[in-house]
Amino acid sequence: MSLLTVEGVWKNYHHHSVLRGIDLEVAPHEVVCLIGASGSGKSTLLRCVNLLETIDDGSIYLDGSEITDVRTDPDDVRRRIGMVFQSFNLFPHMTVLDNVTLAPRKVHKTRSDQAEAEARELLARFGLADKAGEYPDRLSGGQQQRVAIVRSLATQPRLLLLDEVTSALDPTLVTEVLAVIRELKDAGMTMIIATHEMSFARDIADAVCFLEGGVLLEHGPPEQIFTAPEHPRTRGFLQRVLDAGRL
Amino acid sequence: MTEGEAAPPAASDASEAAAVPAALVEWTKSDRQIRREADLRRRARRSTSVATASTIVVVTAVVVLVTASPGWPRVQETFFNPSQFVEGLPDVWRGFLLNVKIFLIAEPLILILGLVVALVRTLRSPVFFPLRAVAVFYTDTFRGIPTILLIYLVGFGIPALALQGAPSDPVTLGIIALVLSYGAYVAEVFRSGIESVHPSQRAAARSLALSHGQTMRYVVVPQAVRRVIPPLLNDFVSLQKDTALVAVLGPLEALRQASIHAAETFNYTPYLCAALLFIALTVPMARLTDHLAARTARRQMAGGHL
Repeated sequence: MSLLTVEGVWKNYHHHSVLRGIDLEVAPHEVVCLIGASGSGKSTLLRCVNLLETIDDGSIYLDGSEITDVRTDPDDVRRRIGMVFQSFNLFPHMTVLDNVTLAPRKVHKTRSDQAEAEARELLARFGLADKAGEYPDRLSGGQQQRVAIVRSLATQPRLLLLDEVTSALDPTLVTEVLAVIRELKDAGMTMIIATHEMSFARDIADAVCFLEGGVLLEHGPPEQIFTAPEHPRTRGFLQRVLDAGRL
Repeated sequence: MTEGEAAPPAASDASEAAAVPAALVEWTKSDRQIRREADLRRRARRSTSVATASTIVVVTAVVVLVTASPGWPRVQETFFNPSQFVEGLPDVWRGFLLNVKIFLIAEPLILILGLVVALVRTLRSPVFFPLRAVAVFYTDTFRGIPTILLIYLVGFGIPALALQGAPSDPVTLGIIALVLSYGAYVAEVFRSGIESVHPSQRAAARSLALSHGQTMRYVVVPQAVRRVIPPLLNDFVSLQKDTALVAVLGPLEALRQASIHAAETFNYTPYLCAALLFIALTVPMARLTDHLAARTARRQMAGGHL
């Protein structure tokens, strides 16, 4: 059974449809990459899955139960889904350790010492052991994004949503964040990744989805999408990416 | 860029190794830099002497102008009389302690009321509509009523209701009026602080499954409070002097003591005592506000998030 099912999802902003009937299935341990130009609806789709946006039509199921049902408690859904943002969104007034332990302590009611031990273990796993006491603005962009990933992992989510997590980074810092995501894939994490890093998507994805104008135009294994795309618009997009030297 | 030693292998940077290690290059000041610094020192000395000269000229001009005015001997006698000053000071000082007491009691209550009203205005659930409406009505009306009018209304209105247990002590009534008046201002200051926290912070907190209340308490309000400390202190400075408005209800605070003296002796020097005492209280507060505002500006210049 699929972990996440998106069925005919529409999202409108002021008479403009950002998502136009998206269908998507994500199996457990699967890594799905969303590609497409800026404004194609990648981020909006992720925000809808996490219920940060309400949808205008369709339904989304997590573990077989509908999360877009009006009676669903959004916080209960978000407890099972982690999200990492393009601009990190670390809490600037808290140390790295407090950023990571906030949700375990306050939402999952984990004891402070236990939450702290688990957080330190996770930070160490991603090369951030010595940053636990630092404030976010003392870290490089790559380190901040790694902390943000650790923060989203601290609550042991079933599904991780990554929204262009390397787009705000210096090119030399992108690799360290991608290395973390690769490690998560190896550990079996289910992920939906909106990205502009085509070679990374090709390398890590089990399935790639091409979005344009809020429509999921093509969905398939990376070899097919990147080498033999069926849709002419996918071909056009990949050609533009190629011309820009990004593949 | 400082990189953790335990960073993933991919993080190592080849371009840094190619550069000359900084420690091997010794810096000796060039002649050009030495000349530049000498020029800068000369210029600084010149600025200091210009500032001193212009200050002397301005102060002299003001003193001459005031003392040369035809009414000056009268003014000196009624406002700057040393013996009246010494005579009035003890009573005015005792009254002033009451001003400080009013301030110290009112201020925490204002902060609590302001924060509660600001938080009520952030609630979105329809259940809270009446509370939200009350909060909006409160901030709209109480910011519009002149403080002195509010002190009259509360000070004479509440006792007139003759309610069981309603306060009748003028100091308490004065504090209630000040809290109601300043609470509305402070609520708006808090609200602007809350709204200045970027929505992405809220999105991050909610995505971690924190509830609206938890998001406010742990993420938004701590950041908002830090940002509004300078404008809040500015309101405190204003409140410190507005404690004198409670005089209209009759308690023996600084202004009231001064006017009693003035009425007895037909000399206004005690008012000067009161003014100097208020200045002595508000000036340090104003300097602290400037200092904190400058610190905030420096942090923002440095690209930090605070």
